[in-house]
Parts: sequence; structure tokens; C-alpha cells
Amino acid sequence: MDWSWFLPDPVSTFGGEIDTLYYWILGITGFIFVVTEAVLVWFVFRYRHKEGRRAHYSHGNKRLEIVWTVIPFLIVVGISWASTEVWMEVKAADRVPAVEADLPLRVAAKQFEWNVTYPGPDGEFDTGDEFVKRNQLHIPVGRTVRIDLTSEDVIHSFFLPDFRVKQDAVPGMVIPVWFQATETGEYPLACAELCGLGHYRMRAQVTVHEVEEFERWLATETGAAGVEPGTAPAPADTARIETGQGDGDGEAASAPAGDEDSGKGGDRA
Amino acid sequence: MTTTATTAERVPNVSVQHWAEPGHEDDRSFWRKYVFSTDHKVIGSQFLFLSLFFLFVGGALAMMMRWQLGFPGEPMPGGGVFGQAKAVQGILLPEFYNSLVTMHGTFMIFFAIMPLLVGVFGNWLIPLHVGAADMAFPRLNMASFWTAVPAGVLMLASFWVTGGAAGAGWTAYPPLSAVPEFSGVSMGQKLWCVSIAVLGFSSLMGAVNYITTIVNMRAPGLGWMRLSLPVWALFITAILILLAIPVLTGAAILLLFDQTIGTAFFLPEAGGQPLLWQHLFWYFGHPEVYILILPAMGIASEVIANGSRKPIFGYRFMVAAIVTIAFLGWIVWGHHMFQSGMNPLLGTSFMFSTMVIAVPSAIKTFNWLGTMWRGDLHFHVPMLNAVAFVAMFIIGGLSGIFMASTPIDIYIHDTYFIVAHLHYVLFGGSLFAIFAGIYFWFPKFFGKMLNPTLGKIHFWTSFVFFNLVFFPMHNIGLKGHMRRIYDPTQYEWLAEIQPMNTFMSVSAFLLGTAQLLFLANIVWSLWKGEDAPPNPWKANTLEWSIPSPAPHGNFEEMPTVYRGPYEYSAPEREEDHWPMGEPGPGEERPPPEEQRRKEAAG
Amino acid sequence: MRELLRRVGGMALVSGVAVALACGGAEEPGEAPEEEVAEEAGPVVPPDSAATITGVVNFEGTAPEPEPIDMSEEPTCAEQYEGQPRKHPVVAVDGKLARVYVHVKEGLGDRTFPTPSEPVTLDQQGCRYRPHVLAIQVGQPLEIVNSDGILHNINTQPQVNRGFNISQPVEMTTTRDFTDPEVMIPVKCDVHGWMEAYIGVQDHPYAAVSDSSGAFTLENLPPGDYVLEAWHERYGVQTASVSVEAGGSAQADFSYSADMAGAEVPLGEPIDLHDHGSETASRAAVSR
Repeated sequence: MDWSWFLPDPVSTFGGEIDTLYYWILGITGFIFVVTEAVLVWFVFRYRHKEGRRAHYSHGNKRLEIVWTVIPFLIVVGISWASTEVWMEVKAADRVPAVEADLPLRVAAKQFEWNVTYPGPDGEFDTGDEFVKRNQLHIPVGRTVRIDLTSEDVIHSFFLPDFRVKQDAVPGMVIPVWFQATETGEYPLACAELCGLGHYRMRAQVTVHEVEEFERWLATETGAAGVEPGTAPAPADTARIETGQGDGDGEAASAPAGDEDSGKGGDRA
Repeated sequence: MTTTATTAERVPNVSVQHWAEPGHEDDRSFWRKYVFSTDHKVIGSQFLFLSLFFLFVGGALAMMMRWQLGFPGEPMPGGGVFGQAKAVQGILLPEFYNSLVTMHGTFMIFFAIMPLLVGVFGNWLIPLHVGAADMAFPRLNMASFWTAVPAGVLMLASFWVTGGAAGAGWTAYPPLSAVPEFSGVSMGQKLWCVSIAVLGFSSLMGAVNYITTIVNMRAPGLGWMRLSLPVWALFITAILILLAIPVLTGAAILLLFDQTIGTAFFLPEAGGQPLLWQHLFWYFGHPEVYILILPAMGIASEVIANGSRKPIFGYRFMVAAIVTIAFLGWIVWGHHMFQSGMNPLLGTSFMFSTMVIAVPSAIKTFNWLGTMWRGDLHFHVPMLNAVAFVAMFIIGGLSGIFMASTPIDIYIHDTYFIVAHLHYVLFGGSLFAIFAGIYFWFPKFFGKMLNPTLGKIHFWTSFVFFNLVFFPMHNIGLKGHMRRIYDPTQYEWLAEIQPMNTFMSVSAFLLGTAQLLFLANIVWSLWKGEDAPPNPWKANTLEWSIPSPAPHGNFEEMPTVYRGPYEYSAPEREEDHWPMGEPGPGEERPPPEEQRRKEAAG
Repeated sequence: MRELLRRVGGMALVSGVAVALACGGAEEPGEAPEEEVAEEAGPVVPPDSAATITGVVNFEGTAPEPEPIDMSEEPTCAEQYEGQPRKHPVVAVDGKLARVYVHVKEGLGDRTFPTPSEPVTLDQQGCRYRPHVLAIQVGQPLEIVNSDGILHNINTQPQVNRGFNISQPVEMTTTRDFTDPEVMIPVKCDVHGWMEAYIGVQDHPYAAVSDSSGAFTLENLPPGDYVLEAWHERYGVQTASVSVEAGGSAQADFSYSADMAGAEVPLGEPIDLHDHGSETASRAAVSR
């Protein structure tokens, strides 16, 4: 049981600013909450009916009412003001890094997977060396990542809780998202918008690498990209061929049931 | 000059305003009296039973969701009764869970809370509070109810069609809601659209009626600033309904076209725009939020003034707050769409308007506290529920500040924090006010008091378990727990907080069970309850000056209003209440309006 | 005014009742899966006259490597494989092609056949379908098994039948069936994009899937002249004519080659209901 009101540690550059704003609002609303509820409870006990008590006949107090109109107004305008700053930094179109981002990515959501297109070592798309990873988002730490987010079918929502990133992926729209990781590690990517029966399991893993490690990973994957679906046959990879062709069905590696078709029994009888 | 004549002059277009003659026998047939009745009180009661039915249906769906969330992957007791399209070996399927989510929201909002507030209290209270014999258009009123019934049946029936009930959320975002291949639901989603469109007509017929009645049929002496706050709230609500519902109806019909005849209003591949639906839906949807809370605020104001034996604190501010909320309610819909891909600059402006709407809400809260201040608080069951309304509304209002702030909303949007917020407003707020209202006015319409002991047990169990269910949702939401997910344990970081879910589920079952007490109380009290006196709460509004249950035709003669509805504990009176229709010392019945007008003209 | 009100009210009522009626109708369609398997009385081929067609699907050339699957996100499945998990390969060993769906397309005339009540199983194991190609009869129960215990959805995409898209969040078995003959119905899982299977539906028992030596057998056929059709997901469709006598047997072979890859593979081809072939197939799991 976790009753805490703290947010998980942020791992993106703007995460801290969002959290600071959150704690300010938590403080302000928490204070108002405690005071008003305390007053309410106090009234409940203080003014409960007793023999001989008669209510004070009053229709209100204009000055008091003006006070408690103006003060909340100032508070909410202040909160809005502070929010605007952070909001514009995170979302506003002119702040979203354009192509010069350190790492441009394309993310296409579909029921129920996140397909991440990497630009390959040259950092550019449409040059023939890009490749797609399913449900795996690899990024370098300390580098600005810009994602062009879209969806192939229904509305999904790209949610990186630890990075304080959330953006709906809408079919027919390409929406830019940016963030910069501040710590290496593995983090979840979840879908936050109801997208069908597999919504609850539309998840992916975000891996934040050290920069050199990321470069290595990118190089390896680019080399292997030839075997990605939809491209030309792979360069010979003996290890794979072996595992792939253990028996007549090429499924020796599939431990559980051996040859599936023969498992059916009667086909060839 | 007779009263009847006065009436006819005052509302020349309304032909139904006839006063029952004293001692007149009610000779209507059973059907005209209880089924196809045009009596606003009967229609209100019909709405009560209809919407309580759907309240319990919606509650049952919530119980099933909580089972799945608390005990994911385990067979639900009794789950075997569902076909294997819904549950296999008692284990609820994700697609059925989506239907549960969708239909829980749909039933609760459209078929329970909204008709409870607007259908029940609008009908019960408006004619009585304005001193009229009935609504302006009694037949339209009847049609309103009998249009709501097929809409409800249609919605309920969708559980039994192939593919099951709608599963795209109560907000029905396309393309998921528009393309059967995406949701696996075809007929259910269409029925959803049809039902919502049909229900829209029901609401419109009600709204037209309420507005006309309040504007035209107020008793002599009942100026706008003497209207009771529930009537003020219902008046403003009716205007919201009149302007908002057609947008939803239109949108639902467009969505139906996308589903059936191949249009693509909301489908991008043929040039449509999914965000258009969101704009249309929330352009209705946010005023809808205020449709669901304003009448509750009115009821709470009425009950708190009565329970505190004090005039409402700052009546004019209260009215102004209702009007302001309703006005601002039109320009905040975009706060549901901060993360939708809408232009971020729009997000900023919607944030400001949303924040500002907190101000009138704050005024109302402080004025309720002001009303209780130095009062003489009688904690009868309605008062308990009304005070709980205030306490819970404070929480729901304050949590709204978080998501109004756009950057915070990035993180908490579509998480359980939102679920907590909306339930604090709709359950902690609206539903507790509805309980208060039902306990308060039940005697006037059924002639029986609801049992106070059962009522108190119901209140305390509901209050405690409500908080145990919904307060922890804030905490798990802040951990990033997404809403509308079938099995949280699929995520490591959510699996860690799974005990919270189990705890909330157990609390939810107890909360659900507690509601059976309410049902039992109604049934038992109708059967064997204590007979209600005409004015059990020593209240001021006009309905308490006539017998309980209120007779057909309401008032024997047209009442005259001498003062506002909240004149409690006036020093010049020994009694601590002062009915609106009772002349004070030296006050004469005012002359008929016609005569006054002539005098004024000189 | 009063008259107008009455009319409006009346109209609302009438429409209300109409909607109520419509919705009463809407409730009726029950859930398909519960449908009972109808035992139709049809001419059963007398054992002494039952004929058999056997055959081999030959293959020339080299089959492509199966694509690897990145299963790292699904450890439950990945750990069931010793090496790199791969998609279902095109199995072509020693010049024979496996996983070819062979069925009697023409020649059965108006014969009808009883619906088997024995189910055919489609298992999801290690995040792959087993079998990859499956033969089933109209009305015959299809038992869909989730042995993985993680969410799979079974999204069938037929052209003729009513498709279904159901989920299995934990280990469970769901039973469905098909109402019309169709070659073939693709099956996919949206949670695991690589999962694919094909289901061939016939209203007679004469369909089989070639084994790893390319062989298939259609048993218990009435004597007659038949057109057989072979379907492969990569190399397309072929037909062969064959006749068998009462109690006799015949041979029907098909030949595929590597260059046929990329041929247009028909899916969901509606079967001419008036001229379904005639013959007894040995739908393995089924006829036994």
C-alpha cells in the first residue's frame, strides 16, 4: 500500500519543472483543503443543534464574499501563469526541436504495438538505412530526441511516465514530441488512451543508453536491419540458419511441442 | 376576481394551468394516473424509478470492473453466467471489460445522474417551487419520460447483441468507435449512437418545459430573486441542456453515419478528422459536467439552509455563481484535449478559462460554510448527505486544479487521478446531493418518511466506503496508473501497487452493498413507512404548505409569495422558519397583477 | 395549441414505441459461438466403395529463410526457444513442400456431409500458432487454446464468414465455428504482430494439409471425378483433376517452384456453393 503523494523520480530535462509546479499546486490546494475541511468539521461540532440554540439571522456579508472571490481568482491566475511557462516549453510548436534534434525518430502506433523507426547512423530518414524496432525505444542519454508521432488505426497515447511525456497519437496527424533523458536505465512506455481489447498490454520498453553504447547499438542494428521484415534476404548468418532448420519443419528450436503439424496427428493418415 | 382568472391573464399561452377545485375527486384512470400521466409529480417519480434502476445497473457494472482490477485473471464469482464472448470460465475478457467501462460511464452519466437531477428534481420541484399547478406543457413532459425509456432499453439491450455493448469508452472517440474492425463491436456501437440521440430528444423536451414554466408560471410575488436555489440551478441547467444536447445529438448522428453509410466525418483516410469528434463531444461534454453538478448544488443549498436553520449566505452571490459557472462552462471544453494534439496555444487559453471557473465554485463552497456558520445545525439524514456533498465537492474541486494546469495534465491525463477527480465530483458531489434531495423530498411525493435509522446507516457506510474506494485513486494516479486498463499487473511498476487496487475493490464491494440499504429503505418506507406530515423539515418553500403527498393539481388556490425561500430564524418570529406563502404581520395579499399594473401606470 | 401539443406528444410516443420494438428485435440475435452443431443427415460413403486420393506436393528450388522474430519483449514466449525464434518457415525439404492446404474443389455434386462434433485445435504456444495451416469443416468446433498465459487476441479476417476478434488474456480455451466454406481465413494476433495462421473451411470433410514430406491423403471419398486445389500462402494456388473408382485409390501430385513466390495468393475466395467438389477428404484430426 502506497499512500504517497510524491511523484516518481523524473528522468527528463523538463520533468523537474513539471514536478516543481506539481508540488506547488499540491501545497496550495493541500493547504486550502485542510483549512476548509477543518472549518467544516469545526462548524459541524461547534454549531450542532442544542436545546435553546437559535441560528444567527444573517443574509451574508458582501465584503467577505468579495474577499473570497478575489483571493481564489488571484491564486488560479498565478497558477495558470506559472503553468504556461512550462507548458510552452514542453509542447509549443516553436520549441519542439526541428530536424536538428540529436536523434529524430518516427513512432507509429497501431493496435497494439509501438513501431519505432530509427534513421540509421546517418541520422536521416529516407536514405535507405533506417530500420524499425517493435516495442523498443532506444535512446541516448543527454541527447534531444524528437519523435514524429502518428497512428495507423485508432487514437493511442504515447505515455512515458518517468519522462513526464504524454501525447495522443492520432491517425491522420503527425504530432511532434520531444524530450531529453537525464539518466540511463530501462523505463516503461504505455498506451494511455483506450484503443481496443489489447489496450492494457500495449506497452514497450524504453532503454536509455550511454551515448557510445547507443552508437554501438545503432551500428549493430543497422547491420542486422537487412533481415527486418520487408527487406531483401539476410546476409548468411550461420547461427540463425542452424537454429532455424533443425528439423524438417525448421522448428527444432521450438521446444514445447516439436513439430506442430505432426502434432495434429491425422493430417497425412 | 378569482384566482383562476388571474392565472389565465398572467400566462395567456398556457392553457393547462387549471386549479383543482377543492374537494374535487381525482377520477383519472389507472393508466392516466400512473403510467401515461401528465402530472409532473408522477413523471418525476417515474424518472426516479427509471434512473435508480440504471444507477444500480451502472453500479453492478462497476462492481465487475472492480473485480477484474482487484483480482485480475481470477474467475469472477457468478461470471459463468456470461456467454463466452464476455467471460471464459468466469474470467472477464478485455473486450467485455471495455464494454463495462463504456457502459458504466454511459449509464451513470446519461441514465442515472442526469435524469436523477434533471428529470426527477426538475419535475418534482419546479412547479411546486414556483407555485404552479403543473408544468407549462404537461404532455410534452410525459413524452420526455416516454422517450427516455426506449433510449434506456436500447442502451441496455446492446449487451445482448452480437459483439456486445459499445466498448470505446463513454466518450466514444473515433476511429475506435466508428470502425467495427478496430473495436470488435459493431451493432453495440450503433445502438449507443441511436440511444444517445433518442435520449437527447427527451432532455430537450424537458428543458423547454422547465424554462417556460419558470419564466411564465411563477406565482404572484415570486420575483427572480425569491426563487429557490434548486429552481435557479435547474433553470440555468435547462438552458445548458437546450444549447449543449443538440451538439451531442448531431455528433452522435454523424458518428452513426460513419458507422453505417460510409461517411468519414471522423475518419482520416477519407479526409475526416478524429479531433472534430472530440471538439463536438466536449463542446457538449463540459456543459454536461455542469448539468450534472449545478442542480446538485441547488439541492445542497436548499438542504443546508434548512438544516442550519439559517438564511443562505449570500443568496445573490450564489445565483451569480451559478450563472457564471454556466457561462464559463462553454469555453473550457478544450481542457479535456490538452494532450490530444490540439494546438498547444489553445491549451493555454483553455487553461485560463478552466482555472477561472474554480472561482465561482469556491464562492459557492465558502457560502455554504458561511451558511453553517453560527447556525443551529440539525443533522437529519438530508443534512448529513448535503454536508458530505460540500466536503467531497471541495476535494473534487481542488483536484481539478491539478489537471487544469496543462503541464501537470501531461502526466496525470488519462490516469486514475482523473478517475478520482470525476468520482469525487459526480459521486461524492452529485450523488450525495441526490441522496440528500431524495431523503428530503420523498415524503412530499410519497406521503411516507424514509426511515431515518436506515438512512443514517446508509449515509455513514456510503461516506466511509466512498472515500476508501476513491481517495486512493489519487495516489495510484500519481504513480502513473492509466485508466481503462484491464489488468494493471501487466506493468511492473503497477504490479507493485496492486494491493491498492485490491483494497479499493473490496471497499467498492462494500460501497455497492451499502447502496442496497438505500433501496431497501425506499421499498420498506413505501410499504410501511411512517406517514409524512405536510412539513416534516419545517421548510419554507411552497410545497410544504400543502399536504403530503402533494395532491393532483398541487395548490388549492394560487399561492402568493411574500418572501424569499430561506427566511430561517428571523428574529421577529418565534418559530425558526417562515413559509414563503404565509403573510407576515400587516402584509396583505397583494392585489392581482392586472390591477397593480393599472395602478403603476397611473 | 393544445391540439399541437397532443400531436407532438403522440408522435413522440409513437416513435418511442417504434424504437422500443426495434430494440426488442435487436436483442434477439444471440451469440454465435453457442450455436449447436447441427447433425445433418447426408449420404455417408459406404465403407466398401470408399476411395482414397493420395498425393505429394513437390517443390523445386530453395525456400527462403524464415524471418527471425524479436521476442525479447515477451520473455514467457522467448524462453521456449533455444535459439532465435523465427516465423513459420516455408518448409521445403528434399524437393517436397509442406503446409499446403489441399481440398476437393469440384466433383462432390449436391452431397451433404455430417458436421463433425470433434473439435479442431488451434493452439497459441510460444507466441506462435500451432498449427500454422489448419483444415476445418463448416460448423465444426474450433477450439482456440492459449497455452502461453499471456494476452493473445485471435483476429480472424474472413471475406465470407463473419469474422471474430476475441481475446484470451490468460490460459484458456474458447470455442468458435464458421458458417461458410472459405479458402483461406487469415488469423493474426494484434498483440504479437508476427503471429499468423490460415484456416481453410469446407462444408465437406475432404481437405488436408501436406506434412513435412509433402504428402497428403484424402480418404473415404465417394467414387467420381474431382478437381483438387492446393493452396500455399507464398506460392499460390494450383489445381489437379483426378478420378477414383469405388474402393480404389488414385494419385494427385502438385508441383511448386521457388519462382512462383510472390504469386497472387487468393484469400477468402468464395466457394461456389452449388458445385462443391465431391469427395471424401481425410481431414485428419477430423475424420478419425
